[in-house]
Amino acid sequence: MTQSTVDPIAPQIASQPRRTPYFEWTAVVVLGLIALTLPAYASVYVLYMASLVAINSIATVGLNLTVGYAGLLSIGHSAFIGVGAYAAGLSMIHLGTPLFLNVIIGGVAAFLVGLVFGIPSLRIKGVYLAIATLAAQYSLYFIFQQWTSVTGGDRGLSLPPTDLFGMGDTGFYYGVLLIAAILFVAASNLFRTRLGRSFIAVRERDYAAQVLGINVVRAKLLAFGIGAAFAGVSGALTAHFLRLVNPDQFTLLVSVFFLAAVVVGGRASIVGSILGAAFMTLLPELLREILSAMPTQGQTNVAGLLSPLREIIFGLLIIGFLMFEPRGLKGILDRITGRQDRAAESEAD
Amino acid sequence: MLRQFLEFSIIGIASGGMYVLSALGFVIIFKATRIFNFAMGEMMMLPAFIFLWAMATVGLHWVLALMVAILGGIVIVLILERVVMRRMIGRPVVVLVMVTLGAGSVMRGIAGLIWGHEIVTLPNFIPRDPIFLGDILIPGKLAWSFLAAAVVAGGFVAYYRFSRAGIAIRATASDLVTAEVLGVNVRWVYTLAWMLAGVLAAVAGILAASVNGVSPQLGFVALNVLAVIMLAGMTSVFGVLVAGLFIGWLETIVGAYLSAAWQSFLPYVIVLLVMMVKPSGLFGEERVERI
Repeated sequence: MTQSTVDPIAPQIASQPRRTPYFEWTAVVVLGLIALTLPAYASVYVLYMASLVAINSIATVGLNLTVGYAGLLSIGHSAFIGVGAYAAGLSMIHLGTPLFLNVIIGGVAAFLVGLVFGIPSLRIKGVYLAIATLAAQYSLYFIFQQWTSVTGGDRGLSLPPTDLFGMGDTGFYYGVLLIAAILFVAASNLFRTRLGRSFIAVRERDYAAQVLGINVVRAKLLAFGIGAAFAGVSGALTAHFLRLVNPDQFTLLVSVFFLAAVVVGGRASIVGSILGAAFMTLLPELLREILSAMPTQGQTNVAGLLSPLREIIFGLLIIGFLMFEPRGLKGILDRITGRQDRAAESEAD
Repeated sequence: MLRQFLEFSIIGIASGGMYVLSALGFVIIFKATRIFNFAMGEMMMLPAFIFLWAMATVGLHWVLALMVAILGGIVIVLILERVVMRRMIGRPVVVLVMVTLGAGSVMRGIAGLIWGHEIVTLPNFIPRDPIFLGDILIPGKLAWSFLAAAVVAGGFVAYYRFSRAGIAIRATASDLVTAEVLGVNVRWVYTLAWMLAGVLAAVAGILAASVNGVSPQLGFVALNVLAVIMLAGMTSVFGVLVAGLFIGWLETIVGAYLSAAWQSFLPYVIVLLVMMVKPSGLFGEERVERI
């Protein structure tokens, strides 16, 4: 057994740029072209869904940095999305800042708030962080809801429309696409840097990482904070997209949604996160189509059935993928394209 | 003024009884299997619905309905343990916790599909007449359900302390390999721990539902219990008793004097503060590994 079985992911990431098979580049180019030309022929609905997928992908990639790469469980991700959304929304209302500045404001705000919740819990091993993130979920929701003078309470904030490049919805779509592309490239390049690799080292064996001179606490804090920052960016975009920010967009269920997206897409994979986010965003839409197509169900019943069905399916997806395909959709994709991964047999934990 | 405070305090401590039960369920699973079970709340909620169904739809006497509900709870837990959790033993903690989150989501969805999303009140089976302690009035339902919780929790602690099975669980918790060498059937211990937690959760769920009604969202109540466990320190059975009553008291006092919105928030703030000062919780084992 000279082969490394300890760390199935790190070598794979390290060797990715050198392997770059034609297939991957072709896929990237084709998908990029489709994404760029989408507004030319797609309906408003398709464009809307595409923007939503891109926004959700950003948050999912962020959560994957924390959960998949650094191995820290966060179940309060939606609260950090909320921090970004409120920070961007407030700045837009009071200062009239443009989209690209708001995105940065949202990201920085979520990063800082993430650190506040990360600091007490990251010093201890185990599931403490998960519970601290739950505390973040509840505390931040409480603040969103109760600090009425600033957040507008349950009614939330209503925002002016965003007109990017003078192109309306299309302009916004391109804006989201641009930001998402920058962040995805940044995220995948992160794991060629010392910091990114230290995340993986900490996940695999924190003692060993420490012996190698990695500051474990700092690595964990940054992994958590950067994940939150991605969430904040996604939140700022959500605020612009929906032009409405209210507390009920940032509940525990939303956090579970993103966790499911990470697991379904494949932990510790940027491509996986995008796949997972797309899958999880489009699935409920598909479900709704199927439900409303069923003749026996009246129109009134669809909404009532949809939300429990969604919970069941999300849960089954999490369990099913973790049990049978821990590498997620990315793993399935690899198998279909015949990419024999060294790590394919061992688990991606 | 003082009388009112005492009244709120007693009501709070009484409602803490339910927290103690479900927190014990958390702790027993965590001690035996190292799994932090986020599906605990749903393990409370489904038996409560089964109880409602058995009593209101089938028309059973409440004692029979209670037995049906507890049995139902055990069956659900066994399915979860056998079909899912057992296959996951040895996987990283993060994965196990995510699986319980997924299981909770499925159970919530099933309940929503069958019973809808409105809060349903259970038929009265606990005497409602208030009980007077001197001047202080305690709502009957609360007093009786606290008593029931106390009996079940007492029985559980005694079983855990003195029975062979309880000792086996504790042996497995403290050293899995040695326990196995000494002839403890570790797989059976895992199953037993899950079953015990299932029973505790079922009773806690039915008690909670009898006071506040039941809906698929009942499970989220159990998330407040997480605050209890963190405060007590994950592994301490005694600590859970104290912390459960304390959090119940705190919530009622906060709800009475501030507002209901503060209820789900303040316990967590206290927990975060405690974690900063004493990460192992107030009563936990000092084995917590700091980085």
